[in-house]
Amino acid sequence: MEFLTPGTGLLFWQVIIFLALVFLLGKFAWKPILGSLKEREESIQKALDSAEKAKTEMAALKSDNEKLLKEAREERDKILRDARTAANQLHDEAQANAKKNADKIIADAKAIINSEKQAALSDVKAQVAQFSLEIAEKLIKKNLADDKSQRELTETLIKDLKLN
Amino acid sequence: MQSHKKVLPHAMRKPLFSATSVILSIVFVAAFALSGGAQHTGENQKDSTQVHADSTSAEGHSAEPEKFNANETIIEHVLDAPVWHFTDHTVLPLPVIVYSKEKGLAIFSSGKFYDEHHKEIEYNGYKLVDGGKNIAIAETGEKVLNLSITKNVAMLFITAILLCYVLFSVASSYKKNPGKAPKGLQSFIEPIVIFVRDEIVKPNLGHHYEKYLPYILTLFFFILFGNLLGLLPGAANLTGNIAVTATLAIITFLMTNISGNAAYWKHIFWTPGVPLPLRVIILPVELIGVFTKPFALTIRLFVAITAGHIVLLSLICMTFMFHSYFVGIGASLVVLFINLIELLVAGIQAYVFALFTSLYIGMATADDHH
Repeated sequence: MEFLTPGTGLLFWQVIIFLALVFLLGKFAWKPILGSLKEREESIQKALDSAEKAKTEMAALKSDNEKLLKEAREERDKILRDARTAANQLHDEAQANAKKNADKIIADAKAIINSEKQAALSDVKAQVAQFSLEIAEKLIKKNLADDKSQRELTETLIKDLKLN
Repeated sequence: MQSHKKVLPHAMRKPLFSATSVILSIVFVAAFALSGGAQHTGENQKDSTQVHADSTSAEGHSAEPEKFNANETIIEHVLDAPVWHFTDHTVLPLPVIVYSKEKGLAIFSSGKFYDEHHKEIEYNGYKLVDGGKNIAIAETGEKVLNLSITKNVAMLFITAILLCYVLFSVASSYKKNPGKAPKGLQSFIEPIVIFVRDEIVKPNLGHHYEKYLPYILTLFFFILFGNLLGLLPGAANLTGNIAVTATLAIITFLMTNISGNAAYWKHIFWTPGVPLPLRVIILPVELIGVFTKPFALTIRLFVAITAGHIVLLSLICMTFMFHSYFVGIGASLVVLFINLIELLVAGIQAYVFALFTSLYIGMATADDHH
Protein backbone atom coordinates (compact mmCIF):
# COMPACT_ATOMS: atom_id res chain seq x y z
CA MET A 1 0.00 0.00 0.00
CA GLU A 2 1.67 3.13 -1.24
CA PHE A 3 -0.72 5.26 0.80
CA LEU A 4 0.13 3.76 4.15
CA THR A 5 3.92 3.69 3.96
CA PRO A 6 5.34 7.04 5.00
CA GLY A 7 8.24 8.32 2.90
CA THR A 8 11.42 8.75 4.93
CA GLY A 9 12.28 12.07 3.31
CA LEU A 10 8.90 13.63 4.04
CA LEU A 11 8.94 12.21 7.57
CA PHE A 12 12.37 13.75 8.14
CA TRP A 13 11.47 17.15 6.72
CA GLN A 14 8.09 17.17 8.46
CA VAL A 15 9.70 16.60 11.87
CA ILE A 16 12.29 19.32 11.28
CA ILE A 17 9.93 21.87 9.76
CA PHE A 18 7.13 21.27 12.23
CA LEU A 19 9.39 21.50 15.26
CA ALA A 20 10.96 24.63 13.78
CA LEU A 21 7.46 26.03 13.28
CA VAL A 22 6.49 25.23 16.86
CA PHE A 23 9.61 27.00 18.07
CA LEU A 24 9.51 29.99 15.71
CA LEU A 25 5.77 30.61 15.91
CA GLY A 26 5.82 30.04 19.67
CA LYS A 27 8.53 32.62 20.11
CA PHE A 28 7.73 35.23 17.46
CA ALA A 29 4.01 34.84 16.81
CA TRP A 30 2.06 33.24 19.64
CA LYS A 31 3.94 34.95 22.43
CA PRO A 32 3.21 38.52 21.25
CA ILE A 33 -0.27 37.64 19.96
CA LEU A 34 -1.41 35.84 23.10
CA GLY A 35 0.35 38.39 25.28
CA SER A 36 -1.43 41.30 23.62
CA LEU A 37 -4.75 39.47 23.67
CA LYS A 38 -4.39 38.80 27.38
CA GLU A 39 -3.29 42.37 28.02
CA ARG A 40 -6.24 43.73 26.07
CA GLU A 41 -8.68 41.42 27.83
CA GLU A 42 -7.26 42.43 31.18
CA SER A 43 -7.52 46.13 30.36
CA ILE A 44 -11.11 45.67 29.18
CA GLN A 45 -11.90 43.73 32.34
CA LYS A 46 -10.24 46.41 34.42
CA ALA A 47 -12.22 49.14 32.68
CA LEU A 48 -15.44 47.22 33.21
CA ASP A 49 -14.58 46.59 36.85
CA SER A 50 -13.76 50.23 37.49
CA ALA A 51 -16.96 51.30 35.74
CA GLU A 52 -18.90 48.91 37.94
CA LYS A 53 -17.07 50.23 40.98
CA ALA A 54 -17.80 53.83 39.98
CA LYS A 55 -21.43 52.90 39.52
CA THR A 56 -21.71 51.37 42.98
CA GLU A 57 -19.83 54.32 44.42
CA MET A 58 -22.20 56.69 42.70
CA ALA A 59 -25.16 54.75 44.05
CA ALA A 60 -23.67 54.80 47.53
CA LEU A 61 -23.00 58.49 47.21
CA LYS A 62 -26.53 59.09 46.01
CA SER A 63 -28.06 57.13 48.85
CA ASP A 64 -25.74 58.94 51.25
CA ASN A 65 -26.88 62.22 49.79
CA GLU A 66 -30.47 61.22 50.11
CA LYS A 67 -29.95 60.14 53.66
CA LEU A 68 -28.24 63.42 54.45
CA LEU A 69 -30.99 65.36 52.75
CA LYS A 70 -33.62 63.44 54.68
CA GLU A 71 -31.80 64.06 57.92
CA ALA A 72 -31.43 67.71 57.13
CA ARG A 73 -35.09 67.95 56.29
CA GLU A 74 -36.01 66.23 59.53
CA GLU A 75 -33.72 68.47 61.50
CA ARG A 76 -35.12 71.55 59.81
CA ASP A 77 -38.63 70.38 60.65
CA LYS A 78 -37.63 69.73 64.20
CA ILE A 79 -35.99 73.12 64.53
CA LEU A 80 -39.00 74.81 63.06
CA ARG A 81 -41.30 72.92 65.36
CA ASP A 82 -39.18 73.74 68.39
CA ALA A 83 -38.98 77.37 67.38
CA ARG A 84 -42.70 77.55 66.93
CA THR A 85 -43.42 76.06 70.34
CA ALA A 86 -40.79 78.25 71.91
CA ALA A 87 -42.28 81.32 70.29
CA ASN A 88 -45.73 80.31 71.39
CA GLN A 89 -44.55 79.77 74.90
CA LEU A 90 -42.77 83.08 74.96
CA HIS A 91 -45.80 84.78 73.60
CA ASP A 92 -48.05 83.17 76.16
CA GLU A 93 -45.66 83.99 78.94
CA ALA A 94 -45.37 87.58 77.82
CA GLN A 95 -49.10 87.88 77.61
CA ALA A 96 -49.55 86.37 81.04
CA ASN A 97 -46.88 88.64 82.46
CA ALA A 98 -48.38 91.68 80.87
CA LYS A 99 -51.77 90.80 82.17
CA LYS A 100 -50.41 90.20 85.61
CA ASN A 101 -48.58 93.47 85.56
CA ALA A 102 -51.60 95.33 84.31
CA ASP A 103 -53.75 93.72 86.96
CA LYS A 104 -51.26 94.64 89.60
CA ILE A 105 -51.02 98.18 88.34
CA ILE A 106 -54.80 98.47 88.30
CA ALA A 107 -55.07 96.96 91.76
CA ASP A 108 -52.39 99.26 93.10
CA ALA A 109 -54.03 102.21 91.46
CA LYS A 110 -57.36 101.24 92.94
CA ALA A 111 -55.85 100.87 96.40
CA ILE A 112 -54.13 104.21 96.12
CA ILE A 113 -57.28 105.84 94.88
CA ASN A 114 -59.20 104.31 97.77
CA SER A 115 -56.72 105.39 100.35
CA GLU A 116 -56.49 108.87 98.81
CA LYS A 117 -60.25 108.99 98.80
CA GLN A 118 -60.37 107.98 102.44
CA ALA A 119 -57.70 110.50 103.28
CA ALA A 120 -59.52 113.20 101.35
CA LEU A 121 -62.79 112.31 102.97
CA SER A 122 -61.38 112.30 106.47
CA ASP A 123 -59.67 115.58 105.68
CA VAL A 124 -62.92 117.03 104.40
CA LYS A 125 -64.67 115.71 107.49
CA ALA A 126 -62.13 117.22 109.79
CA GLN A 127 -62.29 120.50 107.94
CA VAL A 128 -66.11 120.45 107.95
CA ALA A 129 -65.97 119.77 111.68
CA GLN A 130 -63.51 122.59 112.12
CA PHE A 131 -65.62 124.87 110.00
CA SER A 132 -68.75 123.84 111.87
CA LEU A 133 -67.00 124.46 115.17
CA GLU A 134 -65.76 127.83 114.02
CA ILE A 135 -69.20 128.70 112.69
CA ALA A 136 -70.75 127.45 115.87
CA GLU A 137 -68.24 129.41 117.96
CA LYS A 138 -68.84 132.48 115.92
CA LEU A 139 -72.56 131.96 116.18
CA ILE A 140 -72.38 131.27 119.84
CA LYS A 141 -70.06 134.20 120.40
CA LYS A 142 -72.46 136.44 118.51
CA ASN A 143 -75.57 135.00 120.16
CA LEU A 144 -74.14 135.12 123.62
CA ALA A 145 -72.67 138.57 123.37
CA ASP A 146 -75.39 140.00 125.77
CA ASP A 147 -77.05 138.80 128.89
CA LYS A 148 -80.48 138.48 127.41
CA SER A 149 -79.34 135.93 124.83
CA GLN A 150 -77.45 134.01 127.47
CA ARG A 151 -80.58 133.79 129.47
CA GLU A 152 -82.66 132.79 126.59
CA LEU A 153 -80.16 130.02 125.91
CA THR A 154 -80.24 128.84 129.36
CA GLU A 155 -83.96 128.86 129.32
CA THR A 156 -84.07 126.89 126.05
CA LEU A 157 -81.63 124.37 127.49
CA ILE A 158 -83.75 124.06 130.56
CA LYS A 159 -86.83 123.73 128.42
CA ASP A 160 -85.15 120.88 126.56
CA LEU A 161 -84.23 119.26 129.75
CA LYS A 162 -87.81 119.56 130.96
CA LEU A 163 -88.99 117.99 127.80
CA ASN A 164 -86.78 115.02 128.36
CA MET B 1 -10.96 11.96 34.74
CA GLN B 2 -14.46 12.78 35.79
CA SER B 3 -14.22 16.46 34.78
CA HIS B 4 -12.88 15.49 31.27
CA LYS B 5 -15.69 13.14 30.62
CA LYS B 6 -17.96 16.05 31.38
CA VAL B 7 -15.99 18.42 29.19
CA LEU B 8 -15.80 16.11 26.18
CA PRO B 9 -19.43 16.10 25.07
CA HIS B 10 -19.78 19.82 25.69
CA ALA B 11 -16.79 20.75 23.59
CA MET B 12 -17.30 18.48 20.62
CA ARG B 13 -20.88 17.32 20.45
CA LYS B 14 -22.07 19.33 17.48
CA PRO B 15 -18.92 19.82 15.39
CA LEU B 16 -17.89 16.20 15.82
CA PHE B 17 -21.28 15.01 14.73
CA SER B 18 -21.19 17.13 11.60
CA ALA B 19 -17.58 16.15 10.97
CA THR B 20 -18.47 12.47 11.15
CA SER B 21 -21.43 12.89 8.88
CA VAL B 22 -19.38 14.86 6.36
CA ILE B 23 -16.61 12.29 6.39
CA LEU B 24 -19.07 9.45 6.07
CA SER B 25 -20.80 11.07 3.15
CA ILE B 26 -17.47 11.72 1.49
CA VAL B 27 -16.44 8.12 1.92
CA PHE B 28 -19.71 6.99 0.38
CA VAL B 29 -19.38 9.39 -2.51
CA ALA B 30 -15.77 8.32 -2.98
CA ALA B 31 -16.71 4.66 -2.98
CA PHE B 32 -19.43 5.34 -5.50
CA ALA B 33 -17.20 7.47 -7.71
CA LEU B 34 -14.36 5.00 -7.58
CA SER B 35 -16.53 2.01 -8.35
CA GLY B 36 -17.97 4.02 -11.26
CA GLY B 37 -14.46 4.88 -12.37
CA ALA B 38 -13.39 1.27 -12.04
CA GLN B 39 -16.20 0.12 -14.27
CA HIS B 40 -15.21 2.45 -17.01
CA THR B 41 -11.54 1.83 -16.74
CA GLY B 42 -12.29 -1.88 -16.47
CA GLU B 43 -9.37 -3.57 -18.12
CA ASN B 44 -6.99 -0.71 -17.37
CA GLN B 45 -7.36 -1.08 -13.65
CA LYS B 46 -5.47 -4.28 -13.32
CA ASP B 47 -2.44 -3.23 -15.27
CA SER B 48 -2.23 0.17 -13.63
CA THR B 49 0.12 -1.22 -11.03
CA GLN B 50 1.95 -2.94 -13.82
CA VAL B 51 2.38 0.42 -15.48
CA HIS B 52 3.86 1.82 -12.30
CA ALA B 53 6.26 -1.04 -11.94
CA ASP B 54 7.35 -0.62 -15.52
CA SER B 55 7.98 3.00 -14.63
CA THR B 56 6.01 4.43 -17.48
CA SER B 57 4.10 6.63 -15.11
CA ALA B 58 1.71 9.52 -15.77
CA GLU B 59 -1.07 9.72 -18.26
CA GLY B 60 -1.00 11.22 -21.72
CA HIS B 61 2.32 10.14 -23.12
CA SER B 62 1.05 6.84 -24.40
CA ALA B 63 -0.04 8.89 -27.45
CA GLU B 64 -3.57 7.46 -27.39
CA PRO B 65 -5.86 9.75 -25.38
CA GLU B 66 -8.56 7.02 -25.28
CA LYS B 67 -6.41 5.02 -22.94
CA PHE B 68 -6.96 7.50 -20.14
CA ASN B 69 -6.41 5.79 -16.82
CA ALA B 70 -8.42 7.60 -14.13
CA ASN B 71 -7.22 5.39 -11.32
CA GLU B 72 -3.58 6.11 -12.04
CA THR B 73 -4.17 9.83 -12.52
CA ILE B 74 -5.95 10.14 -9.20
CA ILE B 75 -3.41 8.12 -7.27
CA GLU B 76 -0.57 10.09 -8.81
CA HIS B 77 -2.16 13.37 -7.77
CA VAL B 78 -2.79 12.24 -4.23
CA LEU B 79 0.60 10.66 -3.60
CA ASP B 80 4.00 12.23 -3.13
CA ALA B 81 6.33 12.48 -6.14
CA PRO B 82 9.94 13.44 -6.88
CA VAL B 83 8.77 16.12 -9.35
CA TRP B 84 5.95 18.62 -9.18
CA HIS B 85 3.69 17.72 -12.05
CA PHE B 86 1.41 20.66 -12.93
CA THR B 87 0.53 19.66 -16.48
CA ASP B 88 2.15 17.28 -18.92
CA HIS B 89 4.27 20.13 -20.26
CA THR B 90 4.88 21.91 -16.98
CA VAL B 91 6.86 19.70 -14.68
CA LEU B 92 8.91 21.30 -11.95
CA PRO B 93 12.01 19.24 -11.12
CA LEU B 94 12.91 19.26 -7.43
CA PRO B 95 16.22 18.61 -5.68
CA VAL B 96 17.07 15.01 -4.83
CA ILE B 97 19.11 14.50 -1.68
CA VAL B 98 20.35 10.95 -1.12
CA TYR B 99 22.87 9.43 1.23
CA SER B 100 24.40 5.97 1.22
CA LYS B 101 27.47 4.48 2.84
CA GLU B 102 28.77 3.32 -0.49
CA LYS B 103 28.30 6.50 -2.50
CA GLY B 104 28.06 9.18 0.20
CA LEU B 105 25.91 12.28 -0.09
CA ALA B 106 24.54 13.28 -3.49
CA ILE B 107 22.38 16.25 -4.44
CA PHE B 108 20.98 16.63 -7.97
CA SER B 109 17.80 17.61 -9.80
CA SER B 110 15.03 15.07 -9.96
CA GLY B 111 14.63 16.04 -13.62
CA LYS B 112 17.73 13.90 -14.30
CA PHE B 113 15.59 10.80 -13.59
CA TYR B 114 13.42 11.50 -16.64
CA ASP B 115 14.26 11.66 -20.32
CA GLU B 116 12.64 14.04 -22.81
CA HIS B 117 9.63 11.70 -23.07
CA HIS B 118 9.02 11.72 -19.28
CA LYS B 119 10.31 8.16 -19.06
CA GLU B 120 12.14 7.15 -15.93
CA ILE B 121 15.84 6.55 -16.46
CA GLU B 122 18.82 5.86 -14.24
CA TYR B 123 21.06 8.73 -13.27
CA ASN B 124 24.56 8.56 -11.90
CA GLY B 125 24.02 4.99 -10.69
CA TYR B 126 20.71 5.79 -8.93
CA LYS B 127 17.24 4.75 -9.99
CA LEU B 128 13.71 5.43 -8.79
CA VAL B 129 11.90 2.51 -7.16
CA ASP B 130 8.48 1.99 -5.52
CA GLY B 131 6.81 4.37 -7.95
CA GLY B 132 9.23 7.19 -7.23
CA LYS B 133 8.94 6.97 -3.46
CA ASN B 134 12.40 5.50 -2.90
CA ILE B 135 15.73 5.72 -4.61
CA ALA B 136 18.02 2.72 -4.96
CA ILE B 137 21.51 2.11 -6.26
CA ALA B 138 21.03 0.88 -9.83
CA GLU B 139 23.44 -2.04 -9.74
CA THR B 140 22.64 -3.60 -6.37
CA GLY B 141 19.03 -2.44 -6.06
CA GLU B 142 19.84 -1.44 -2.48
CA LYS B 143 17.71 1.47 -1.22
CA VAL B 144 19.51 4.60 -0.06
CA LEU B 145 18.49 7.18 2.53
CA ASN B 146 16.22 9.51 0.60
CA LEU B 147 15.88 13.02 2.02
CA SER B 148 14.81 14.56 -1.29
CA ILE B 149 12.73 17.68 -1.57
CA THR B 150 9.73 15.90 -3.05
CA LYS B 151 6.46 17.52 -4.10
CA ASN B 152 5.09 17.24 -0.57
CA VAL B 153 8.29 18.52 1.04
CA ALA B 154 8.15 21.54 -1.30
CA MET B 155 4.53 21.98 -0.31
CA LEU B 156 5.56 21.71 3.34
CA PHE B 157 8.10 24.51 2.82
CA ILE B 158 5.48 26.68 1.11
CA THR B 159 2.98 26.02 3.90
CA ALA B 160 5.56 26.77 6.60
CA ILE B 161 6.71 29.97 4.89
CA LEU B 162 3.15 31.18 4.36
CA LEU B 163 2.26 30.32 7.96
CA CYS B 164 5.28 32.23 9.24
CA TYR B 165 4.58 35.18 6.95
CA VAL B 166 0.92 35.46 7.95
CA LEU B 167 1.42 34.94 11.66
CA PHE B 168 4.54 37.10 11.94
CA SER B 169 2.76 39.96 10.19
CA VAL B 170 -0.18 39.51 12.56
CA ALA B 171 2.19 39.47 15.53
CA SER B 172 3.91 42.62 14.29
CA SER B 173 0.59 44.43 13.96
CA TYR B 174 -0.07 43.56 17.62
CA LYS B 175 3.28 45.07 18.48
CA LYS B 176 2.68 48.13 16.31
CA ASN B 177 -0.60 49.19 17.88
CA PRO B 178 -0.80 47.65 21.33
CA GLY B 179 -4.11 47.81 23.13
CA LYS B 180 -5.96 48.84 19.95
CA ALA B 181 -8.75 47.06 18.11
CA PRO B 182 -7.49 44.52 15.53
CA LYS B 183 -7.22 45.51 11.86
CA GLY B 184 -7.03 43.63 8.55
CA LEU B 185 -5.40 40.21 8.69
CA GLN B 186 -5.16 40.57 12.43
CA SER B 187 -8.94 40.63 12.79
CA PHE B 188 -9.19 37.50 10.64
CA ILE B 189 -6.65 35.51 12.65
CA GLU B 190 -7.61 36.81 16.09
CA PRO B 191 -11.03 35.14 16.37
CA ILE B 192 -9.48 31.82 15.30
CA VAL B 193 -6.77 32.17 17.94
CA ILE B 194 -9.37 33.05 20.56
CA PHE B 195 -11.56 30.15 19.43
CA VAL B 196 -8.67 27.69 19.78
CA ARG B 197 -7.74 29.13 23.15
CA ASP B 198 -11.23 29.39 24.67
CA GLU B 199 -13.08 26.52 23.02
CA ILE B 200 -10.40 23.89 22.49
CA VAL B 201 -7.52 24.37 24.88
CA LYS B 202 -8.97 26.01 28.00
CA PRO B 203 -11.88 23.59 28.62
CA ASN B 204 -9.63 20.55 28.23
CA LEU B 205 -6.41 21.67 29.84
CA GLY B 206 -7.73 23.73 32.72
CA HIS B 207 -5.41 26.02 34.62
CA HIS B 208 -2.13 24.93 32.97
CA TYR B 209 -3.38 25.56 29.46
CA GLU B 210 -0.84 28.31 28.74
CA LYS B 211 2.04 25.83 28.59
CA TYR B 212 0.49 23.84 25.74
CA LEU B 213 -1.36 26.63 23.94
CA PRO B 214 1.48 27.59 21.51
CA TYR B 215 1.91 23.95 20.42
CA ILE B 216 -1.81 23.39 19.87
CA LEU B 217 -2.17 26.70 18.04
CA THR B 218 0.74 25.79 15.76
CA LEU B 219 -0.81 22.36 15.17
CA PHE B 220 -4.20 23.86 14.39
CA PHE B 221 -2.89 26.50 11.99
CA PHE B 222 -0.48 24.10 10.30
CA ILE B 223 -3.28 21.60 9.59
CA LEU B 224 -5.71 24.35 8.58
CA PHE B 225 -3.22 25.95 6.17
CA GLY B 226 -2.12 22.56 4.85
CA ASN B 227 -5.71 21.49 4.24
CA LEU B 228 -6.68 24.74 2.55
CA LEU B 229 -3.54 25.03 0.40
CA GLY B 230 -3.98 21.38 -0.62
CA LEU B 231 -7.32 22.30 -2.16
CA LEU B 232 -5.71 24.75 -4.58
CA PRO B 233 -5.37 23.47 -8.15
CA GLY B 234 -1.97 21.96 -8.74
CA ALA B 235 -1.16 21.88 -5.05
CA ALA B 236 0.22 18.81 -3.30
CA ASN B 237 -1.80 16.73 -0.86
CA LEU B 238 0.31 17.53 2.20
CA THR B 239 -2.03 16.91 5.14
CA GLY B 240 -3.44 13.85 3.36
CA ASN B 241 -0.03 12.18 3.54
CA ILE B 242 0.44 9.65 6.28
CA ALA B 243 4.03 10.76 6.96
CA VAL B 244 2.76 14.23 7.84
CA THR B 245 -0.20 13.14 9.94
CA ALA B 246 1.89 10.46 11.67
CA THR B 247 4.56 13.02 12.57
CA LEU B 248 1.97 15.35 14.09
CA ALA B 249 0.33 12.47 15.96
CA ILE B 250 3.66 11.18 17.27
CA ILE B 251 4.63 14.63 18.56
CA THR B 252 1.25 14.80 20.34
CA PHE B 253 1.83 11.27 21.65
CA LEU B 254 5.24 12.22 23.02
CA MET B 255 3.92 15.43 24.58
CA THR B 256 1.03 13.54 26.17
CA ASN B 257 3.17 10.83 27.70
CA ILE B 258 6.06 13.06 28.71
CA SER B 259 3.74 15.47 30.50
CA GLY B 260 1.64 12.63 31.94
CA ASN B 261 1.49 12.89 35.73
CA ALA B 262 1.38 10.18 38.38
CA ALA B 263 -2.42 10.01 38.30
CA TYR B 264 -2.34 9.35 34.54
CA TRP B 265 0.13 6.48 34.80
CA LYS B 266 -1.63 5.11 37.86
CA HIS B 267 -4.85 5.12 35.89
CA ILE B 268 -3.21 3.08 33.15
CA PHE B 269 -1.30 0.57 35.23
CA TRP B 270 -3.42 0.31 38.37
CA THR B 271 -6.84 1.68 37.50
CA PRO B 272 -8.48 2.75 40.77
CA GLY B 273 -11.75 1.20 41.82
CA VAL B 274 -11.41 -1.93 39.68
CA PRO B 275 -11.51 -5.43 41.24
CA LEU B 276 -8.21 -7.33 41.05
CA PRO B 277 -9.22 -9.98 38.48
CA LEU B 278 -10.45 -7.28 36.11
CA ARG B 279 -7.13 -5.49 36.22
CA VAL B 280 -5.68 -8.27 34.10
CA ILE B 281 -8.02 -7.19 31.33
CA ILE B 282 -7.97 -3.46 32.02
CA LEU B 283 -4.18 -3.11 31.98
CA PRO B 284 -3.62 -4.26 28.36
CA VAL B 285 -6.70 -2.33 27.23
CA GLU B 286 -5.36 0.84 28.81
CA LEU B 287 -1.91 0.22 27.38
CA ILE B 288 -3.30 -0.33 23.90
CA GLY B 289 -5.34 2.86 24.40
CA VAL B 290 -2.12 4.84 24.81
CA PHE B 291 -1.11 3.83 21.29
CA THR B 292 -4.49 3.85 19.59
CA LYS B 293 -4.89 7.54 20.36
CA PRO B 294 -2.05 8.74 18.07
CA PHE B 295 -2.99 6.05 15.56
CA ALA B 296 -6.54 7.40 15.39
CA LEU B 297 -5.19 10.94 14.98
CA THR B 298 -2.92 9.81 12.13
CA ILE B 299 -5.60 7.91 10.25
CA ARG B 300 -8.42 10.40 10.77
CA LEU B 301 -6.67 13.38 9.20
CA PHE B 302 -5.01 11.31 6.46
CA VAL B 303 -8.25 9.60 5.43
CA ALA B 304 -10.43 12.71 5.62
CA ILE B 305 -8.16 14.78 3.40
CA THR B 306 -7.13 12.03 0.98
CA ALA B 307 -10.73 10.87 0.57
CA GLY B 308 -11.78 14.44 -0.22
CA HIS B 309 -9.07 14.75 -2.86
CA ILE B 310 -10.01 11.40 -4.38
CA VAL B 311 -13.66 12.43 -4.61
CA LEU B 312 -12.78 15.70 -6.33
CA LEU B 313 -10.37 14.05 -8.74
CA SER B 314 -12.79 11.21 -9.53
CA LEU B 315 -15.48 13.68 -10.45
CA ILE B 316 -13.07 15.66 -12.63
CA CYS B 317 -11.84 12.45 -14.28
CA MET B 318 -15.39 11.52 -15.24
CA THR B 319 -15.29 14.32 -17.81
CA PHE B 320 -12.27 12.78 -19.51
CA MET B 321 -13.69 9.28 -19.36
CA PHE B 322 -17.01 10.20 -20.95
CA HIS B 323 -15.66 12.78 -23.43
CA SER B 324 -18.87 14.72 -22.91
CA TYR B 325 -19.58 18.39 -22.31
CA PHE B 326 -22.68 17.53 -20.32
CA VAL B 327 -20.79 15.29 -17.98
CA GLY B 328 -18.15 18.02 -17.77
CA ILE B 329 -20.66 20.67 -16.75
CA GLY B 330 -22.42 18.31 -14.32
CA ALA B 331 -19.15 17.14 -12.82
CA SER B 332 -17.94 20.73 -12.45
CA LEU B 333 -21.07 21.68 -10.53
CA VAL B 334 -20.69 18.68 -8.23
CA VAL B 335 -16.98 19.44 -7.84
CA LEU B 336 -17.86 22.99 -6.82
CA PHE B 337 -20.22 21.63 -4.19
CA ILE B 338 -17.71 19.05 -2.93
CA ASN B 339 -15.05 21.76 -2.86
CA LEU B 340 -17.21 23.80 -0.51
CA ILE B 341 -17.61 20.75 1.70
CA GLU B 342 -13.84 20.28 1.54
CA LEU B 343 -13.38 23.82 2.85
CA LEU B 344 -15.58 22.84 5.77
CA VAL B 345 -13.66 19.60 6.27
CA ALA B 346 -10.36 21.54 6.21
CA GLY B 347 -11.53 23.54 9.22
CA ILE B 348 -13.19 20.64 10.98
CA GLN B 349 -10.17 18.37 10.69
CA ALA B 350 -7.88 21.07 12.05
CA TYR B 351 -10.38 21.58 14.88
CA VAL B 352 -10.70 17.86 15.61
CA PHE B 353 -6.94 17.27 15.62
CA ALA B 354 -6.36 20.21 17.95
CA LEU B 355 -9.31 19.17 20.13
CA PHE B 356 -8.13 15.59 20.55
CA THR B 357 -4.57 16.70 21.18
CA SER B 358 -5.69 19.01 23.96
CA LEU B 359 -8.05 16.34 25.27
CA TYR B 360 -5.25 13.74 25.48
CA ILE B 361 -2.81 16.16 27.07
CA GLY B 362 -5.58 17.33 29.40
CA MET B 363 -6.29 13.75 30.47
CA ALA B 364 -2.61 13.14 31.10
CA THR B 365 -2.12 16.28 33.18
CA ALA B 366 -5.46 16.39 35.04
CA ASP B 367 -5.37 16.43 38.83
CA ASP B 368 -6.44 13.17 40.40
CA HIS B 369 -10.14 13.28 41.24
CA HIS B 370 -10.52 9.73 42.55
